[in-house]
Amino acid sequence: MSRWFAIRQELPVRRVRLLGVGAFLLPLLVWSLFSYVPWLWHPMIKITEPAGVSWVRPGQLLPREDFAKLVENRRAESAAVPEGVRANPIFFQPPHAVARALYTAFTTKPTLRGDKWLHESIATSIKTIFWGFVISSLIAVPLGILCGAYVTASRLTEPFVDFVRYMPAPAFGALMVAILGIHLEPKIAIIVIGTFFQQVLVVANTVRKVDNGLLEAAQTLGARPRQLILRVLVPASLPDLYNDLRILLGWAWTYLIVAEVVGVSSGITFFINQQAKYRNFDNVYAAIIIIGVIGFTTDQILGWFGRRLFNWKNPRPSRFRDVMGRLFAGREVLLFPDKPAAP
Amino acid sequence: MRTPDYKIQSPAVAERFAAIKRRPVVLEIDRLGREFAGATGPVTALRELSFAVHRREFVCVIGPSGCGKSTLIRMLAGLDTPTSGRLLLDGKPVTAPGPDRGIVFQGYTLFPWLSVLRNVMFGLEMQGRTGTAAEADARQWLDLVGLAKFADAYPHQLSGGMKQRVAIARALAPNPRVLLMDEPFGALDAQTRAQMQAHLLEIWRNVDVTILFITHDLDEAVLLADRILVLKANPGELQEVIEVSVPRPRCIEQLTTPEFQATRRRLDELIHPKLHTPSERLPIVRLTQAGDDVE
Repeated sequence: MSRWFAIRQELPVRRVRLLGVGAFLLPLLVWSLFSYVPWLWHPMIKITEPAGVSWVRPGQLLPREDFAKLVENRRAESAAVPEGVRANPIFFQPPHAVARALYTAFTTKPTLRGDKWLHESIATSIKTIFWGFVISSLIAVPLGILCGAYVTASRLTEPFVDFVRYMPAPAFGALMVAILGIHLEPKIAIIVIGTFFQQVLVVANTVRKVDNGLLEAAQTLGARPRQLILRVLVPASLPDLYNDLRILLGWAWTYLIVAEVVGVSSGITFFINQQAKYRNFDNVYAAIIIIGVIGFTTDQILGWFGRRLFNWKNPRPSRFRDVMGRLFAGREVLLFPDKPAAP
Repeated sequence: MRTPDYKIQSPAVAERFAAIKRRPVVLEIDRLGREFAGATGPVTALRELSFAVHRREFVCVIGPSGCGKSTLIRMLAGLDTPTSGRLLLDGKPVTAPGPDRGIVFQGYTLFPWLSVLRNVMFGLEMQGRTGTAAEADARQWLDLVGLAKFADAYPHQLSGGMKQRVAIARALAPNPRVLLMDEPFGALDAQTRAQMQAHLLEIWRNVDVTILFITHDLDEAVLLADRILVLKANPGELQEVIEVSVPRPRCIEQLTTPEFQATRRRLDELIHPKLHTPSERLPIVRLTQAGDDVE
């Protein structure tokens, strides 16, 4: 039995899974406690019985102090006292409401002309992020590889890239709308601006991390500069580049939210804003959770593929390797005798 | 035990050295020098180094750390440029890395994303040779190093000794004139190293290649080399060239022979001169109790 807390000590696989589930259950537990235990927080009073007070209705939420004052006043007037139960504000929705909304958000009809169904909003968002990320990667990855390979390329581009990197992408919003119109194009452009400059630097750094020994070995085997890039630098850094792109895709989601309010709002941000206007906060939570689910699932799937694509980089326990290991453990001498066999 | 002079050679060994000297010179190093820019001015790593290596000779380079052994091999490989002097391979100056000089590094520099076979094929592919012919060639080299069964394995699945064997096969595949080896067995355990030494000698017997081998292991140098270049540090200069009088074929049992011991002792004197002159005692304060002595 290994200990739960030992510095830098690996844990058994089962416990890692258990902790992974716990990572989600723990916040859910805290959320539930604040939602369902009446004496935790619950700063509002939900009126159950107005008792003749003209300006309150059943179901209305009042701050506790206001309700207390109201009760005091009524008592002083010896009138009937309104009744209520402790409640959370409208923007704090309990888990069950959000869980229900995860379904009902998809069935909530667009209220106004121009509003969108949730699935339409999600599709628009995914489309925006997909094109933004693809366009950015198509330029940034080759450029980053060049910067990682040639110091001249790096010194020529990186100072400027570093400079632009500090300009917040949303600052280009108005400009992009003026240039590209009000629909999807400026939004894609903002994701490109937000991702591209980081991407160049990250890719260049990853390529620079390739072991110099590999380059020297390839050179002594007759590789020319072009081959050094295509046959050594690129394959050697590919697993790390893949992981970089995974992380950058996560950043692109952050830019999505600011990009979508540029020009005509669209996508999931527009849905969230509209639902918040209608005070459907359960739908707001549902939409936010859906963004998380989409991002997390994409990342997990990409990670799963990555481990299989580049298994030379992430050697995982494999039955094949176990068998080989057992077959040849300590048998190097047999395979490879000290004295060569007589001819 | 009195050991004979390391310079005394049996007639067979003397004849062998005469034969080596009649062979053409493959590698010629002429007043080679290399300076690096240091914080307090130029630092001389190598100075006025001259020697010639004949075809199919096995030369070891030995010296204390900082004597420029690695600088020498990097310049021979074309990965570094000399600041003075010339390097000639078959009479032509060395300017850049090329497939006529294979190199095996101490660190494992196999391409981890390629299978063992593809690693060995790398040099062939760089020469534009692809397809079944190149693959057959590569398999032959794998056979030679005894790793035919591991053609489809990946480097991370191999032990350190096996990795270096693949590295040797990879370096030999493009048919280099010279095989440069920079402490190739330095990271291996003693037993694996002994196997690798025996195997390297076996490969060298069967392949038309000249070997320049850098090491800091005196036994290794004596066991492998025809001649040993002994360098000294600060600045790196040639101290002595030793013709190893141990007869061939070599094997690990020769470690105890008088010739071996004589050469070994001479190397020791050259590399660790301080160990052979009485030195001052270290001012160590006794921290153990009386009667608790270990010797």
